[in-house]
Amino acid sequence: MNMPATKIEVEIAAPAPIAAPVVAMTLRRPPRTETYARMARELAVRVIPPLVVIALLTLVWELVCRRAGSALPPPSKVFKDTKELIFDPFFDHGGIDKGLFWHLSASLQRVALGYSLSAIAGIALGVLVGQSVWAMRGLDPLFQVLRTIPPLAWLPLSLAAFRDGQPSAIFVIFITSIWPIIINTAVGIRNIPQDYRNVAAVVQLNPLEFFAKVMIPAAAPYIFTGLRIGIGLSWLAIIAAEMLIGGVGIGFFIWDAWNSSHISEIILALFYVGIVGFVLDRLIAGLGKIVTRGTAQN
Amino acid sequence: MTAYLKLDHIDKIFTRGAATTEVLKDINLTIEKGEYVSIIGHSGCGKSTLLNIIAGLTNATIGGVLLENREVNSPGPDRAVVFQNHSLLPWLTVYENVKLGVDKVFARTKSRAERDAWVMHNLNLVQMAHARDKRPSEISGGMKQRVGIARALAMEPKVLLLDEPFGALDALTRAHLQDSVMALHQKLGNTILMITHDVDEAVLLSDRIVMMTNGPSARIGEVLEVPLARPRKRLDLATNATYLKCRQRVLEFLYERHRFVEAA
Repeated sequence: MNMPATKIEVEIAAPAPIAAPVVAMTLRRPPRTETYARMARELAVRVIPPLVVIALLTLVWELVCRRAGSALPPPSKVFKDTKELIFDPFFDHGGIDKGLFWHLSASLQRVALGYSLSAIAGIALGVLVGQSVWAMRGLDPLFQVLRTIPPLAWLPLSLAAFRDGQPSAIFVIFITSIWPIIINTAVGIRNIPQDYRNVAAVVQLNPLEFFAKVMIPAAAPYIFTGLRIGIGLSWLAIIAAEMLIGGVGIGFFIWDAWNSSHISEIILALFYVGIVGFVLDRLIAGLGKIVTRGTAQN
Repeated sequence: MTAYLKLDHIDKIFTRGAATTEVLKDINLTIEKGEYVSIIGHSGCGKSTLLNIIAGLTNATIGGVLLENREVNSPGPDRAVVFQNHSLLPWLTVYENVKLGVDKVFARTKSRAERDAWVMHNLNLVQMAHARDKRPSEISGGMKQRVGIARALAMEPKVLLLDEPFGALDALTRAHLQDSVMALHQKLGNTILMITHDVDEAVLLSDRIVMMTNGPSARIGEVLEVPLARPRKRLDLATNATYLKCRQRVLEFLYERHRFVEAA
């Protein structure tokens, strides 16, 4: 027993003096220019491929639509026709003759209102359905049927109820975006690990504290998935609803352009609709990332 | 023997539809103040269910738990639990996780500054004060469990319940943490009830070892006193005759008389 033990001691003692200079060495920071070059390279890798694809698609579009008698205008003509709209989005000649900024802002205001209402009501209902077995049994079948009704099918009914276009449009956004929020919140609440519930029980959190300190943070990733689907749906719904209710708004702008055969304006409007929808989606995704920091990984 | 914590004729029957399973059968146990008691048994013998009953997270079908001669049947900070998988809330920092319990337990009796000092005191006890602003995802498994212990200690529980607290840790970290728990028990004199499936751990840490038979209808098969003086040193015990005898006794119980049956 004694012999091998001494051997081990010798082995431990030997590397000690060698280790010291290794620890003393400091890490050299890479020069700043190198960092910038690396950042630029990373950016290029992400930006160049989509730019190339867009350029190619535009080229194809130009070639296809350039022929005389083609039904749709080529990109060069779209740009020429809509130059004024692009470069002056803020004009306001009264009525519905306004710049694209005003149309988009009117649509966004409706979405902001309808979506906020549906986020509040959706999370509240989702918590109820997720937490209570009886609420789930009673409400879930109803939700499953109601959520399949297309947004525009609600419009006549809401026009009949509100007798005005503005609240009807907001209601359509509300009723369209609420279902994914309810369902995802409920799933999130139901998936709260039993451990967290046990911790809350041992600490004796009251229901309100449990809601704020455990339930909402634990379900946040699910809730934000619902919110993100919801914002996409409300942007889809508002365009369709505005085509029917009229007034200022990007949806009606498209419909009006169609009626006046301004095809280039439709294409420009579609471009903006896509960009805004993309930004809204990223906004909610970004918000979710900030709020759920640390929650996702365990 | 003065009964500080008393398990009185506990039966637990799970019912699912028409099928009923008797998990625990007639569990009787009294624990003294300041005692360190381990419950050991094969997996599935209902030892975690027993801990949950003591913690108040589930109720016994028959019988009950008495703490200082008062029945307890709902969870509370007087029986703080250290969970196997630490169960820290990942969106709170180390400090906030401990503070969650402290704020509830000492809401009236301590001022804000005192509560803050108390949180830091308990983090210091487990040597985790340096990580107060880290989130659970940023610290190692052993550190998480230390914070879990601090959270439970900070509630000043009458009984500290440890549910396989070192089960998810690697052997070296486990040994280190066992030493820490021993030192804390020595220093604070807590009454501790620990669930474990590790024989060495049970013998090293406990004053008494409660051995459970296999389920269903698990009973207490045998209770073994560990007459080793404290403080105990891991290395000295490796050759200690009493230690080896206790260890032998538990091993015999688990692997000879109550072998784990896979089919059960």
